[in-house]
Amino acid sequence: MNPNLKRLRRSMMFLNCQKPGLIKDPYIYAPDSIMLDLEDAVAEREKDAARYSLYHALQEIDYRGVERVVRINGLDTDLWEEDIRCAVAGGCDAIRIPKTETAEDVRRVENAVIAAEKEFGREDGSTLIMAALESAKGVMNAFEVCSASERLFGIALSGGDYTKDLQTTISGTGVELMGARQHMIIAARAAGVQCFDTVYTNLKDMDGFRRDVETIHTMGFDGKSIINPRQIPIVHEIFTPTEKDIIFAEKVVREIDTKKAQGIGVFTVDGKMIDIAFYDGAKRTLALAKASGVYKGDL
Amino acid sequence: MKNAVGREIPEEILSLTGKEPFQGNNYKEGVPFQRSAPTVHPVMDNQHSKIVQSIREALEKCNAHDGMTVSFHHHFREGDLIVNMVMNEIHNMGLKNIKLAATSLGKAHEAIVPMIEDGTITSIEASGVRGKIGEAISNGKLQGLAIMRSHGGRVRSVFSGETKVDIAFIGAPTSDEYGNLSGTGGKTNCGVISYSAVDADCADYVVAITDCLVPFPNYPAQISMTNVDYVCVVDAIGIPEKIATGAAKPTTDQRKLMMAEYCTQVVVNTPYFKDGFSYQTGVGGASIASTISLTRIMEERGVKMGFGIGGLTKPMCDLLEKGLVNVLMDTQAFDLDAVTNIENPNHYYITASEYANPFNKGAFVNKLDYVILASLEVDVHFNCNVVVGSDGIITGAQGGHPDTAQGAKCTIVICPLLQGRIPAICTDVTTVTTPGESVDIVVTDYGVAVNPNRPDLLEALQKADCVPLKTIEELRDIAYSITGTPDPVEFEDRVVGIIEARDGTIMDVVRQVKPL
Repeated sequence: MNPNLKRLRRSMMFLNCQKPGLIKDPYIYAPDSIMLDLEDAVAEREKDAARYSLYHALQEIDYRGVERVVRINGLDTDLWEEDIRCAVAGGCDAIRIPKTETAEDVRRVENAVIAAEKEFGREDGSTLIMAALESAKGVMNAFEVCSASERLFGIALSGGDYTKDLQTTISGTGVELMGARQHMIIAARAAGVQCFDTVYTNLKDMDGFRRDVETIHTMGFDGKSIINPRQIPIVHEIFTPTEKDIIFAEKVVREIDTKKAQGIGVFTVDGKMIDIAFYDGAKRTLALAKASGVYKGDL
Repeated sequence: MKNAVGREIPEEILSLTGKEPFQGNNYKEGVPFQRSAPTVHPVMDNQHSKIVQSIREALEKCNAHDGMTVSFHHHFREGDLIVNMVMNEIHNMGLKNIKLAATSLGKAHEAIVPMIEDGTITSIEASGVRGKIGEAISNGKLQGLAIMRSHGGRVRSVFSGETKVDIAFIGAPTSDEYGNLSGTGGKTNCGVISYSAVDADCADYVVAITDCLVPFPNYPAQISMTNVDYVCVVDAIGIPEKIATGAAKPTTDQRKLMMAEYCTQVVVNTPYFKDGFSYQTGVGGASIASTISLTRIMEERGVKMGFGIGGLTKPMCDLLEKGLVNVLMDTQAFDLDAVTNIENPNHYYITASEYANPFNKGAFVNKLDYVILASLEVDVHFNCNVVVGSDGIITGAQGGHPDTAQGAKCTIVICPLLQGRIPAICTDVTTVTTPGESVDIVVTDYGVAVNPNRPDLLEALQKADCVPLKTIEELRDIAYSITGTPDPVEFEDRVVGIIEARDGTIMDVVRQVKPL
């Protein structure tokens, strides 16, 4: 299994491959992942140039541990297969499929990725896949999409197209996205993959952005697509466990381990009732804290 | 001969100019010199009128002649109309071999390039030049030398008589008919006219040019009638919307915001950050953002600034309005907020001499705790280059960079690691304008480097663990790992310009660029 399937992906930042200035050193802002875009951000006549920049960027630039995801063009175009060849030849970490609606969409991409890995001598299984759901049908099929491939690490909501399909618009309240978000996180967890929220496009409303991130964090999402490095610190702040959370999680894990040996099932930590059901959650908090660089402990 | 920053200064330039190579910041400390005095044309007749009808009349009355030196200030920046107005008239008179001694020249003055090419202007002294004038000088079009001086260095040069100004033209937003001048109250306000104070004191003739004549006496006057020979009223002295170069809106560029945050963290975690500290910052996006984030921390911690110096911008004036700084000392206003803020009673006008002159008995810069500066390049010796582009073309100005850098106890230079695809942190700057001995901390988007001469600052920042600390060599290596090691710019042998140190010694020379 590719060890990166479950890596930390709190912030996934879109970058237009048509603009070399944007893709040359986005790692200084420390996003967890970048999504190098060959799709919507790139003008139709610049698709070739964008692929050229993408390939050389992947080959030449040391992204210092930031995951490099490539968003390919839609499967309804004649561009996506060449996009995959170019991205895999360059050595990307993952492919993001836009407008995914079925498990078959994922498998078509998977087959093209396998072929490209062979063609360019890249290790089998080294390229992961994520699927963006951008329509009512895609959201309805979330579970089958999540379960379609061993390479698929997660699904992401694309709110703009999705709300269009729903015949509504982004309101800023999140009401129109509520159903899709809830459905997708449940499907992703059922399939054991990650789940990411859509972009927040109003860069002037940083308070609204914060509320949006707090909402999806509470809902259980693993992270959020972002469009500007200014949004990164807020996402990381909200997704990174607080010192209080970490101390509590440490106590829970230690106490459960100790009490289990003593044959005790239920007990209290800091006045809260704790049993084995809390174990995984506490372990996840510590793992997230460790991956976020705020926990150096040994649990 | 090699100078103290390792730059080779050709013997012929030393003998041509009579200057010495730079020997370190305090080489001239306490060395006495004779101040220069102007020739004065007294006015005793109470019927005497100082009003002239045209620039031409002023030039004729001031005995304009071949080979003379004329001076200007740059308070109107890219909105300045005075330099072109006067130089056109000098050109029309057929005068040649003029030394243009402006406090700075910008793109607004590109109309003088043909005058450089036809020998009307044969030498230039300025803080710096930009655009086509810089290209003309770097391509060898100027017959004589261009001397680039800091704002303080220019005052020294005029006071010491090294620059002998024949006629000073002072653009004045308001003037009365007797020559009391001010930077406010007119239709083309620039707030202060500090840079012209030394010209008013030392030039043989002083001509005020205004587009707003006000009743006598125009008081308080920033420049007194006692120094002004003639007053010329014209339709417009500047373009108001081009006077303000400061960013009216705070930057949203995350890279600049990141560097601003590092800079603020450096300030608040070094020992001078305490009640009563003093501070100066520039007009760049990161500098302005840094002042804004510093304000937040000052409010949180209840720390108040004693005085701020400028080059002032809105965020500095906001500090004054919020009561977070006791007084502002103003040598130039970078934006319209700073221009209007001079009405605040704790916002004081100071002359360029009071601000930064190294040859008076102590300037404001000497009392600075922090200065935040920018730079085109910084090398591993912490030398900065703010004048010559990495392509070898003169494209910037020293401004108060060397003055404040030497004066401040903690000099912080903000510089992105890469300027486009050119490494800004490099092994050797193209041209040294500010010596590394004046620079304490370099803030980049890839981390912060502390000059090894300042172990105290390094220790404070290590202890605070507030910014990613790197050595300057590490920053250079990261830059080169991205761009490759750049080939040095190729120059011809001919020296076209001198970068003068504050004390008048030679910091570096600028040579003619090789055609591509």
